[in-house]
Order: sequence, then structure tokens, then C-alpha cells
Amino acid sequence: MRRNGGLGFIYLSLLIALLLTVMPMPQQVKLFRPDWALLVVLYWTMALPGRVNILTAFLLGFLTDVLVGTVLGVNALAFSVVTFIVAVNHLKIRNFSVIQQALLIGLFLALYHLLLFWLSHFLTGVYFLPAYLWPVLTGMLVWPWLFWLLRRYRRQFKIQ
Amino acid sequence: MNAIFSRGPLLGLRLLLAVLCSVGLMVVDRYTERSTQLRSFLTSAVSPLFYVASLPETLLSGATEQFMSHQRLLDENARLKETLLRQNGQLQLLGYLQQENTKLRALLGSAPLTDGQRLVAEILAVYSHPFSHQVVLNKGKNDGVTEHQPLIDEKGVVGQIVSVGPTSSRALLISDNTHAISVRAERTGIRTVAEGLGQWDLLRVIHLPQSADIRVGDRLLTSGLDGLFPEGYPVAEVSRVQQDESQPFMTVYAKPYAQLDRIRHVLLLWPGARLEDVMDAGEPN
Repeated sequence: MRRNGGLGFIYLSLLIALLLTVMPMPQQVKLFRPDWALLVVLYWTMALPGRVNILTAFLLGFLTDVLVGTVLGVNALAFSVVTFIVAVNHLKIRNFSVIQQALLIGLFLALYHLLLFWLSHFLTGVYFLPAYLWPVLTGMLVWPWLFWLLRRYRRQFKIQ
Repeated sequence: MNAIFSRGPLLGLRLLLAVLCSVGLMVVDRYTERSTQLRSFLTSAVSPLFYVASLPETLLSGATEQFMSHQRLLDENARLKETLLRQNGQLQLLGYLQQENTKLRALLGSAPLTDGQRLVAEILAVYSHPFSHQVVLNKGKNDGVTEHQPLIDEKGVVGQIVSVGPTSSRALLISDNTHAISVRAERTGIRTVAEGLGQWDLLRVIHLPQSADIRVGDRLLTSGLDGLFPEGYPVAEVSRVQQDESQPFMTVYAKPYAQLDRIRHVLLLWPGARLEDVMDAGEPN
């Protein structure tokens, strides 16, 4: 097996996640949009921590900052921290059932949004609305399907 | 797989590096002047992504237009013609009033307000994060767009340009919570400031003393005192006034006229008379 086989496929999935992040949608739907980029990078960190880890998460977070318009570095930091936790515990998390994983992912997403809010509050003084936490719930609901899809994708293209 | 066991400290180091880089970026972006250029560059670098991401929507609306029936197109055409006629009628009156206004201003010895140039721009992308209300426009430096240029739609003020790329630019909306705009109440002439809260349909009117005369339904217009927005454009309507004697100021909220969450086209303004020009023109008198 080639050492860097399938790296292109990983990046393709990350690119699609970024596109989903900025795809125009009605305002009511937008509030519920899961954090696609973070979910996909978390999957790859869990599955292949040797290939995808903090560097990828940092770059993807930075791109998210540029695309979404938050202060540069805010998403990059939050992505890196959450990915770090997953990378350190990837062996444990892999052994959980999908439902348990989804709950755990919910916890990680909550941490991500908390970090994002704290940093943004410190930098630009945003106000907190409970509605900002909807993506945590939708992210949890989406996780089992995303996990299944990406695992099929990984096995199909034999990404190692 | 043996790499996993030696990854512990390495991961920690990577995280440290990532955190340091992020903090560096935040400081550069928030507290230095260079950030506007950096942002402009990055915006133009990722603009293909925006085009691709909005492709499905463009295709969908394109298909809708394709299949729109002939009759509906005729109806729409008739309606638009009627609107045009009505607005042209109002414009004639406006032309007359403007002339009169200029004459009166000349009599008073104050500088005339000149009409600016306008340009229609289309919204390419709406930044989707609740912490940042910004839009990307399809006009950039090549079309003569400059930073801090005001933006309006058919109902009221939308925001201002914050960074300009060659073919696209980014605008900050009045509802962003780093944005504030100088306004004047139409009824009483009270001057105040309306700041964004990060919500699409709410602005907060700040620093109004308890004795200020303001009511629900008052129209807030741009005052022109900020030197960016030309005077007299509608911004928002006062929607809630709370008086609490224990507080130094009233709590007043207003609803923007512009439908910030569903804008498709905006009008870029070049205020003809910049503040300095007005000052210069006023001096000989």
C-alpha cells in the first residue's frame, strides 16, 4: 500500500464539507446547520489519526474563519483543541457504539461552540443567544449518518 | 501503528503551535491595520468556493425562471412597468424639490448637498455565522469600489464595505455587533447611535437619556455625522422603548428597514460630497 494513498480523497471530503458550510440557505435553516467541517475532520482524526490531525484541523479551521467571516484564528483554535482531544483518545472513541459516539460528539461540539463564543466575546463582544447552540443538537443527530457514509467512502477508496 | 505510542508529546507540541498561531492571527486580525489587506487577499483567494457553493441555488433559480409561464412573465412585466411609472413620477417631484433645496441652501450660505453616483451590486454570499453579519458582493476594485462605502437597498441602509478585492468585496451589515451607525429620529431630530446586536432584525439605540422624546414607531434616518453614510436614508424603526428610572439611559430597540436576511441586490453609493469637500466649499463664506 502506498504511504500517501487516498490523501486526495480525504481532502475532497474536507472540501465538500467546506462547501456545505458556506452554501446559501434560508435564514431559518441556517441556524440549524451542523458544523460540517468540524464533523468531517473529527471523523478522519478518529479513523486515521496518523494522517489527519491538528495541522489539518488548524488549516481547515482557518479556511472556515475566512469563509464564515469570524475573526481569523478563532475557528482555527477551536478546531485544533477539539481535534487534539479526539486524537489523544481516538482508540477509546473508536470502541464506542455509534450512539455513544454521537453523544460524545455532542459534548465536543458544545466545547467547540463554547470556545468560539468565549473568544468572539473577548474579541468583538458578541452576545450569547441560546439559539447558537442548535448546531450541537443537529451535529449529534447527523453524526451516525455521517459516520456510516464516511466509513463506506473510506473503505470504497481504501484510504489508509 | 507503532507511531501511535510516540505521538503523545508530539500532539501536545502541535496543539501548542496551533494555539500560538491562532492567537497570533487573532491579534493581527483584530488589533492591527494590516488585517484589511489580509482579509481582502483571502476573500479573493477563496471566492471560487463561494461561486461553487452558490451554484445549486443559482441553477435552481435559473430553472425556475426558465419554466416560468409566459403569462406570469407578462404579469410581472406589467407590474414592474407600473412601479417604474409611479417611481418616475415621484422622481420628477424629487428633482424639483432638490433644485429648490439647493437654492434655499445657497440663500442660507450653506454648502449644497450633491448627488452621488450609484452602482447595483449582487450578493454573492452571506456569511453564515451569527457572530459575523457580512456579505460578499460581486463588485470590487475594478468597478471603483472603495472601503467604507455605504450600501443601501430599496428599503433602507444595509451596511458598509470593509474590504475590497479585485472583483469582489465584503460588506459589514448594520446588524453586525461590531457595527454602529449615527442616526437621527425623524420626528424629533434627536441624534443618537444605533448599534448591531448580531441579530438580523434588531438594533439597539444607545445613549438616550431618560428625558429623550422617542416613541415606538419613530423613524430613524442617517444623520450624516459619521462622515460615511450620506444624510437622510432610512435605517430603522423604533420597535421597543423601556424606561427604567434606575438606569442612566433608556433601553431602546429598533428594527432595520432593510431585510438584511434576504437581500439579493444592493445599491453602492458614492456620496458626491465628502465631508472635507463640504468643509472646503463652506470656507469662502
